[in-house]
Amino acid sequence: MVLLKIKFTQQRRVHLAQGLWLLSWTAVIWGAIIFCLGVYLKMELLRRDEVMDNTEIHVVPNILMIVGLASIGTNWVASCVCQDSLDATRFPRWKVLLLGWFAVAAVLCCLLISVVALSFAVQGRLEESLKVGLRNGIRFYKDTDVPGRCYQKETIDRLQMEFRCCGNNNFKDWFEVQWVSSRYLNFTSKDVKDRIRSNVDGRYLLDGVPFSCCNPSSPRPCLRYTLTDNNAHFNYEYQSEELNLYSRGCRQALTDYYMELMNSTGPVVLSVILIQMSVLLGMRYLQTAVEGIMALEDPEGESDGFLLEKGVKETMEDLKVKALILLQFWLVDPIAPEGSSEDADLEKAEKEASPTPAS
Amino acid sequence: MPFMPVKFNLQKRVKLAQGLWMIYWLSVIVGILIFSLGLFFKVELRKRSEMMDNNESHLVPNLLILVGLLAGGVSAFGGKVCHDSLDPVKFAKWKPMLKPYLLLCCGFNVLMLFTALLCFLMQFAVYLTLAEGLKNSIKFYKDTDTPGRCFMKRTLDMTQIEFRCCGNNNFRDWFEVQWISNRYLDMSNDLVKDRVLSNVEGKYLMDSVPFSCCNPGSPRPCIQHHLTNNTAHYDYDHRIEELNIWSRGCREALFAYFSSMMNSIGVLILFTIMLESLDMAGLKYLATALETMEDPENPECESEGFLLEKGVKETFADLFVKMKMLRGGNEVEGGEAAEAT
Repeated sequence: MVLLKIKFTQQRRVHLAQGLWLLSWTAVIWGAIIFCLGVYLKMELLRRDEVMDNTEIHVVPNILMIVGLASIGTNWVASCVCQDSLDATRFPRWKVLLLGWFAVAAVLCCLLISVVALSFAVQGRLEESLKVGLRNGIRFYKDTDVPGRCYQKETIDRLQMEFRCCGNNNFKDWFEVQWVSSRYLNFTSKDVKDRIRSNVDGRYLLDGVPFSCCNPSSPRPCLRYTLTDNNAHFNYEYQSEELNLYSRGCRQALTDYYMELMNSTGPVVLSVILIQMSVLLGMRYLQTAVEGIMALEDPEGESDGFLLEKGVKETMEDLKVKALILLQFWLVDPIAPEGSSEDADLEKAEKEASPTPAS
Repeated sequence: MPFMPVKFNLQKRVKLAQGLWMIYWLSVIVGILIFSLGLFFKVELRKRSEMMDNNESHLVPNLLILVGLLAGGVSAFGGKVCHDSLDPVKFAKWKPMLKPYLLLCCGFNVLMLFTALLCFLMQFAVYLTLAEGLKNSIKFYKDTDTPGRCFMKRTLDMTQIEFRCCGNNNFRDWFEVQWISNRYLDMSNDLVKDRVLSNVEGKYLMDSVPFSCCNPGSPRPCIQHHLTNNTAHYDYDHRIEELNIWSRGCREALFAYFSSMMNSIGVLILFTIMLESLDMAGLKYLATALETMEDPENPECESEGFLLEKGVKETFADLFVKMKMLRGGNEVEGGEAAEAT
């Protein structure tokens, strides 16, 4: 009992081949779009590489790029097959490749589905990575004279200005870190000495933030030092001041930005999955229809196109049997049949004859 | 004696028509490009209009939009004529319109030349508008409670951050202006009272700059206050400190931006003028080649195409005579009317 049989006249076959050719070229273009999306996402992740602790999230754009390239190749092959399908002399050379092609197309669809799932699953890892990366960035902000960390200050400043954020969770992260380098501190000053002695690690801690945390939309010129002291500034209340600095943390800002990017690739990936599945199904119908015609040796006649030769259950059982046979061959070989049992005995005898170190 | 005659056989005519058709479509694309650049320029001027006192002249972008649309239209028409030129029936439809069309193209080229000149010359106007506008912007920086100027602070801060500049000429422009609103000044404080009394107009002047002047590339956390006082900061000398705040003035930065935009648009228009002239010459050759066919029924015959029927001097002399006749005709008519009354 064949699965989803359709009768194909010659005209229908021609239409199918033409339609499938067009569809596979559309799929090639969409594959190129997926590749470009992957490249863009990778570039954006690389730009902010310095505030990320690990590169686990790069798996999403990497898969997108691989799938894009593979999709371009696979669908280009599909279009070649379609072109040759109506010519009885040229089609047979594709027959062998087609099983492999179906496997590759199925793997591509699975990879695309996994990308969609991954882009949701990876949010937690991204936040972790950003948390550690930003914490280090804030810690090394002052080290503009240490090789390898010279540009940390500029990176963090530009990041805070561009994404309109301050600190890791919020601006208070800057209170816990010494972000003014000791080169610019006057150690003879009483204020500096007091602050350094006020904590165990001997760090110069301030209730102040760098200038890049300032919010230009504030009606008041930016206040960034002695933030917790209401008396230090005229008409200022620390608890109710909202617009002075950016209230959002950079981890939240960056996570939102990247999740938005990845979610916007969602619809594109879903449409590519649909197109790829249609190409897969169409190719199967075309293959079975053309093979049927070639068996009949009447190019103008009717033939049947189907998805599976037998029903789903029977096909699965057939596959199981084939797999078992293959497995048996692989397993039976080491457990020797008649001919090689004598060799095994000989080996055993040799082992006994050779002197063992213990005896 | 025709001016620059060229002999054409059928193959040459066909090649000329095809080549000219492609060049016309290239001109259409260039026209669309000019239109989009005009729109972009207009949007950019609008975005920065607060820095220019809302006084800026939109003449150049409006003209660019018009020129872009006209170029597209004129070239599309020319392309259609070329497309029909090798079919005598269709071409006969277009024949009477060719002379006015070529005159229109001449006029359009003159308009484009005028636009290109404006692109290069209006930069002076932009410079002056920027100088005046930025001076006022800095003056109104503190007025975040005055309707109509609430967002001046934000706009100026964003501009200084984006264009990496500080003040009008340089950062010292901020020293001459009170940029902190009185709402945030404690008038009972002695320091504040001293500063206010220290100048004739009673302004609270400081040697400080807003945070948007800070340079993130500085190795040191930004020093924005007491900039001229070396003792206020540890290990600081204001004469040799270079990276702390942006050293460039915003007038220079904004002018460089707009001037490079206007220069490239001007160059593009000059290129378009050359392209349009090439189109006109090609169309004239094609039209004359088709007209001078000895045997209209036989498409394979040879013909001669030229730019002008007589030489350059004679054509101008003819034009001069025609203009005189037109004027003379008016005078004669005027004289007759005078006699009749």
